[in-house]
Amino acid sequence: MTAPASGDGGDRGGRVDVMARGALVGLGAFAIMAGAITLLVIVPATMLRQVKAPPDLPPYTARQLEGRQVYIANGCIYCHSQQIRDPAFTTDVDRGWGSRATVPEDYVHDRPHLLGTMRTGPDLINVGQRLPDMDWHLIHLYDPRALAEWSIMPAYPYLFARKRPQDVGPGDHVVKIPGPRAPAGVVVVAKPEAIALADYLMSLKRQYPVPDSARAGHRMAMQRADGGAGDGGR
Amino acid sequence: MSSPLTPPPEAPLRTGALADAEIDAVAAARGLAPEDVAIRARADASSRRTVLALYALAIVWLLIGTIFGDLASFKLHWPDLLTQQAWLTFGRVRTAHLHAVNYGWASLALIGTCLWLLPRLVHTELQGARFATFGATLWAIGVAIGAVAVLAGYNDGMEWLEAPRYMAGPFLVVGGGLLGLSMFRTAAARRAEHLYVSVWYILGAFIWFPMLYVVGKWPTLSGVESAAANWFFAHNVLGFWLTAMSVGLAYYFIPKVLGRPIYSYALSVVGFWSLAMFYSLNGMHHLVGGPLPTWMITTSIVASIFMFIPVVATGINLHMTVVGRFGALRYSPTLRFVVLGAVAYTAVSLQGSFTALREVNRITHFTHWTVAHSHVGGYAFVSFLAFGAIYYVVPRLVGHEWPSARLIRWHFGLVLAGITLYIASLTWAGVAQGLALLDPQLPFQVSVERTLPGLYGRSLGGVLLTLGHLVFAYHFWIMVRRPAAWRARPPFHEVQPILYTAEAEAASRPSAREVGAA
Repeated sequence: MTAPASGDGGDRGGRVDVMARGALVGLGAFAIMAGAITLLVIVPATMLRQVKAPPDLPPYTARQLEGRQVYIANGCIYCHSQQIRDPAFTTDVDRGWGSRATVPEDYVHDRPHLLGTMRTGPDLINVGQRLPDMDWHLIHLYDPRALAEWSIMPAYPYLFARKRPQDVGPGDHVVKIPGPRAPAGVVVVAKPEAIALADYLMSLKRQYPVPDSARAGHRMAMQRADGGAGDGGR
Repeated sequence: MSSPLTPPPEAPLRTGALADAEIDAVAAARGLAPEDVAIRARADASSRRTVLALYALAIVWLLIGTIFGDLASFKLHWPDLLTQQAWLTFGRVRTAHLHAVNYGWASLALIGTCLWLLPRLVHTELQGARFATFGATLWAIGVAIGAVAVLAGYNDGMEWLEAPRYMAGPFLVVGGGLLGLSMFRTAAARRAEHLYVSVWYILGAFIWFPMLYVVGKWPTLSGVESAAANWFFAHNVLGFWLTAMSVGLAYYFIPKVLGRPIYSYALSVVGFWSLAMFYSLNGMHHLVGGPLPTWMITTSIVASIFMFIPVVATGINLHMTVVGRFGALRYSPTLRFVVLGAVAYTAVSLQGSFTALREVNRITHFTHWTVAHSHVGGYAFVSFLAFGAIYYVVPRLVGHEWPSARLIRWHFGLVLAGITLYIASLTWAGVAQGLALLDPQLPFQVSVERTLPGLYGRSLGGVLLTLGHLVFAYHFWIMVRRPAAWRARPPFHEVQPILYTAEAEAASRPSAREVGAA
C-alpha cells in the first residue's frame, strides 16, 4: 500500500500492493457495501417485521388508498412531512401537529412510506384530526389562497370540473369557493380523485396512545426529553 | 481562440486518432515517449464515438432538467403559475427536474468521462465500445420514460426512486449493465501494471450503483422499513455513484492539467476506503428525530461525523496538489471548474457532517437548507467536475480546440454567479424557515413569509444557470459540428497547450516535479 503515486509496481519487495489488484479493490468495495446494507436495511427490516398494527389504526379503505396514490402522483410529499419528531429536541408537538412522537407502528399500512423531508407546508400525519372537514379540504385543494392568502401551495384545479349551473347533476359533489377568488358563473365540482385525496387526508390520525409494542422505546424517548430539559419542563 | 480563417475547401476534417508520423511529431514536440503518445491516441480513438454520444445525450438532459428546475422554482413563489395541467404541477416538474439532472445529465456526463478515462489509465482500448453506446442509449431512454411517467402521474412514491420500476427500470438496468460490462472488460484488458486512484473510484462506482438500485427498488418493503431503504439509496446514490466518479475525475484532471503528481498516495488510499466505510452508513441522517429505531439514526450521525476522515484526506490531497499553482486557474477552463468543484466537495461534505448533528438538524431539517445543500453537491461539485471534464476531453476526441474562449468565460461566469446566488439565498431561507418553525408561538405563515425572499433569489440564480447552460450547449454544438470555416485551423495536437505559454509559466511557481497521472 506504499507505492508512490506515479509508480507502476504491482509487487514491491515481495509485498502485494492491494490497490494494484483490480479484483481485490472490487471485492473490498463490494464487501463494505454489503455490510452496510446488512446493518441499515436487512437487520432493521427483520426487526421491524415484528411490528404489529395498533388496534386503533384501521387499514386504509379502497378510496383512501386511491387518494394516497393521488397524493404520491402529485408530489405532495415534496412539501409535506408525515412524522412527529421526538419532543425532546423539536417543537412539533408544541406546534399542535400531534400529541406524541410517531412510532414504527403508526406506519404499518404505509406502502411505501411517505415520511417526507420538507415542511414548505405543515406536517400532515394528524391533519385528519385537525381538519376533519371534507369541504374545507376540497376548497383548499381547488384554491389554497381562497382560504389562506399567504399560502404558496399550488392550486389543483385539474382535480375539479367546472360546470354551468344547469349542468350539475344529482351525484355531483359541488364545492362552494368562498370569497373574491370564487370563479364567476360556473360551479366547481370535485372529481373522484379530489374526493379520494380529501378522504385520505382525513384518515391521517395517529393520536391513539402509543401501542404497547412501541412503549419501551417511547418511554426511553420521554425520559431523554425530561433529562434534556434539565428542570423537567420543556 | 483565434479569429476564423477563410477555409481552403480541400483541407481534411480532423478526427481524434493520429497517424504514426503524427505521433512521432507530437512526441518530439512535447518531449514525450512516442509509445505514451500512441497509447493515448489509441485509447482516445477507441472511445471517441461512445463518449461524444454520451456527452450529447447528457447535454440534452441538462437543458431539459434546467427548464423543469426553473419552472419548479418559479412555482414556489408564483403558486398560481400554470396550474391548469396536471403534468405541470410543482410536485411533478420538481421530480422531473431531479431525474433529468441526476440520471440524465450528471450520470451520463460522468459515465462518458469515465469511459474516456479508463482506457487511458490502464493503457488499452475501450472494450465493447458499441455495447457501451447502445447501453447509454437505453439508459437515456430509461431516463426519458421515467421523466414522462412522473409527469403523467406514474410514480413509485419514494424520493430519488420515483421512476416506475416496471417502466423505466428495465432500460436503466440493461443500459447500465452494458456500460458496466464495457468498463469491467476494459479494466480486465489493462496493460498498465499500476491502477491509478481514479480507477478505484470508477470501478467502485460501477459495483456500488447496481447494489444500491436493487436495495432501493426492493418491492416488498413497507412502512419505516421502506424509509430506511429509501434513504439508504438516496444518500448513497450521491456518495457512491456521482461522488465516486467525480472524485475519481478530480484525482485525474488536477494533476494532469497542472503537470505535477498527486500530493500523497497514502492519503488517496485512506480517502478511498474510509469513504466506503463511513459514507455507506450515513443515510439515516435524513430521518433524524423520525420514527425509526434510534440506534439506526445514531449510527448514521456517528458515521456522518467520521466522514471528516475521507473528506479531509481527499481534500488535503487535492488541494495540496494545487497549492502554489493557483495562477494556472486563469489559463485552464478545465482546471477552474475542477478545482472549484473539488473545493465544493470539501465544503458540501463538511456541511453534511455538520447538518447531521442533532442541534443543527433541529433547525435545518425539513427546510430549504437541504435543497441548497444538495445543489452544493449536485451542482457546485458534480456538475462543475462534469463541465471541466467535457472541456478537457472533447478537443482530444474531435481533434481541434474549443472555438471560443469567450463563450467558455461566459459559461463559467454565469454558472458561478448563478450557483452562488442559488446557494446563498436558499441556505439563508432555510435557516430563517427553520428558526421560525422551531418557535411554536409563531404561526406557520411566518415560516412561509420569511422564506419568500430566498425563493426569489433562488429563481434568479436559476435563470443565470439557465443562460450559462445555453451558452455551453451552443458551444458544444458548434464544436462537434465543425463548420467548414475551421478546416484550416491547426489540429488540436499542434496547438500549444495554453498552460505552457510563457505567460502562464510566469504566473506560476516553477516546478521541478514530474508529470503525475497517466
